[in-house]
Amino acid sequence: MKKRIVFNHRVLPYALLAPQILITIVFFIWPASQALYQALLIQDAFGLSTQFVWFENFSELIDDEFYLNSFQVTVVFSAATAFLAMSAALLLAVMADRIIKGATGYKTLLIWPYAVAPAVAGVLWWFLFNPSIGVAAYILRVFGYDWNHTLDGGDAMILIIVAAAWKQISYNFLFFLAGLQAIPKSLIEAAAIDGASPRKRFWTIVFPLLSPTTFFLLVVNVVYAFFDTFGIVHATTSGGPAKATEIMVYKVFNDGFVALDLGGSAAQSVILMLIVITLTVVQFRYIERRVEY
Amino acid sequence: MADVQLRGVKKDYPGGFRAIHGIDMHIGDGEFIVIVGPSGCGKSTLMRMVAGLERVTEGDILIGERVVNEVEPADRNIAMVFQNYALYPHMTVFDNMAYGLRNRRTPKAEIEKRVAAAAEILELQGLLDRRPRQLSGGQRQRVAMGRAIVREPSVFLFDEPLSNLDAKLRVQMRLEIRKLHQALGVTSIYVTHDQVEAMTLADRLVVMNAGIAEQIGTPMQVYRQPATTYVAGFIGSPAMNFIAARLGPDGADIELPAGGRLPMSNGALASQAGREVTLGIRPEHLTVSGAGDGVVSLNVELIEQLGADLLVHGHFGGDRTDITLRLAGATPVSAGDVLPLGVAPESLHLFDRENGRRLETAAPSDVPM
Repeated sequence: MKKRIVFNHRVLPYALLAPQILITIVFFIWPASQALYQALLIQDAFGLSTQFVWFENFSELIDDEFYLNSFQVTVVFSAATAFLAMSAALLLAVMADRIIKGATGYKTLLIWPYAVAPAVAGVLWWFLFNPSIGVAAYILRVFGYDWNHTLDGGDAMILIIVAAAWKQISYNFLFFLAGLQAIPKSLIEAAAIDGASPRKRFWTIVFPLLSPTTFFLLVVNVVYAFFDTFGIVHATTSGGPAKATEIMVYKVFNDGFVALDLGGSAAQSVILMLIVITLTVVQFRYIERRVEY
Repeated sequence: MADVQLRGVKKDYPGGFRAIHGIDMHIGDGEFIVIVGPSGCGKSTLMRMVAGLERVTEGDILIGERVVNEVEPADRNIAMVFQNYALYPHMTVFDNMAYGLRNRRTPKAEIEKRVAAAAEILELQGLLDRRPRQLSGGQRQRVAMGRAIVREPSVFLFDEPLSNLDAKLRVQMRLEIRKLHQALGVTSIYVTHDQVEAMTLADRLVVMNAGIAEQIGTPMQVYRQPATTYVAGFIGSPAMNFIAARLGPDGADIELPAGGRLPMSNGALASQAGREVTLGIRPEHLTVSGAGDGVVSLNVELIEQLGADLLVHGHFGGDRTDITLRLAGATPVSAGDVLPLGVAPESLHLFDRENGRRLETAAPSDVPM
């Protein structure tokens, strides 16, 4: 039973809600409806004439092979980023859960990357992998791999995946560690007595019990890879070479602010909006219901 | 099945804290041993060492003639019931019980047979498809026991298995554990802080205090001849009364602080004459004697009515020594009364005042074991 509070005064509840509603309207509803409206318009590059075209922007997108390419790039990029960030974080969390000495220092250090701005993270990895001056690129060359993300689309994709995943590991690590520490130690001991090897204990007991955390992080990581990685792409590859790393968010920026196709760009952001709404609904449906044991 | 031997077992934690100060004991094949003591006395640590969940710092643990100090828990052929049951929440009752067998690559038909047998013993037949969260506390407890039974181990370890249950269920499960032990006859080690569980379940019990086994013996031995004041105060409810006293000049009687003498039953402690002692008398052994012939006069302060029994709290003497006694429920007594109390000589327990050890001869030596 939820406790309901009844206000005697008529205006007070609205006054209390007003700041939140105002912020939501100014920063969310208004721009979103602007985007929705703009998606139905075609404007010339100088903004001198505007034409209402219904859904022409959308139908053009569907036929646009660059847009389909961007969609594929995004899927590959977000899947790889989520997988890499989550598996690395889980590995680190399992290690951190085991050690006793210096645990706090270790955890603190692992959280640092989260405080680094996306663009800075991008530049950092760009330096490491820079074909002419990068340390990582140099080492790869020693091992016989000619790394060049300015020419090779695959290399470029790997670069942004690594940079994006690296930044997200800290966040995932925190959640996985909390999840691991919530598993009663006696369960692991019972499994040890039941004859399960450490590896088997992990896959049959720990991992299934972590699944609520894992699912939550999967959604968060996909959303992150879709929407929060603009800075990384912009600072490292700018979507290149030959649009090999042009993820959808980057294409919105590129089409809108570089190519000045505001209508098409708005239509793309509406599609992204739908994707994030879907992901949020999925998350609420399954997370809020809590995968409870 | 196997016996268990502890040889000079010690446990130090990092930081120098010694949890177990060297315990020697032999647990016979099929014996039910209860380790009892207050929290922090090292009883769980001791059992976890037998299970292999804690390392042994010094000494040896043998299960069936084999030193198991360096053997993995899985390879010790033991099964353990945890205080919080430690059921795998994402598995059904069947899978919980089958998990240990599957890990040992037991054939599928054999697994089903054993789980079905355990489920029948524990009356879990209808619940095999449920998950632990759909079960009541008592049912979870049974599943935890079932998980131990199906493995057919040579030693059962119980770590306070009943402490999460309500009082009524606890009594019921206590009986079931006893029955189960009679039926299966597996060597069992049971840790508890509850003296009723300890007394009712044990073939022999180990009373632990601060990492030391104060006494190892049958429940009646421990009740009748407690080895130390600690054991005397811990076993028995309400706790034994302790009175600071002194042995008489010839060592044959006891001088009470308030004046008055108590004769001792058999033999004198001539060598100990005049010694400061602690006199112990159980509340149930004090009797109300006729007016005038009581050894002490108790000033009654408080009555606790339990129905069948009655607990009387009061004090006597100039130093107001507190005394509790147990009387039949219908005894007419009220606060403010002065009761003359007597006690049979054979119900006296004498302990050294300094080290708390029992001084022999004060109680009958022909206790049935």
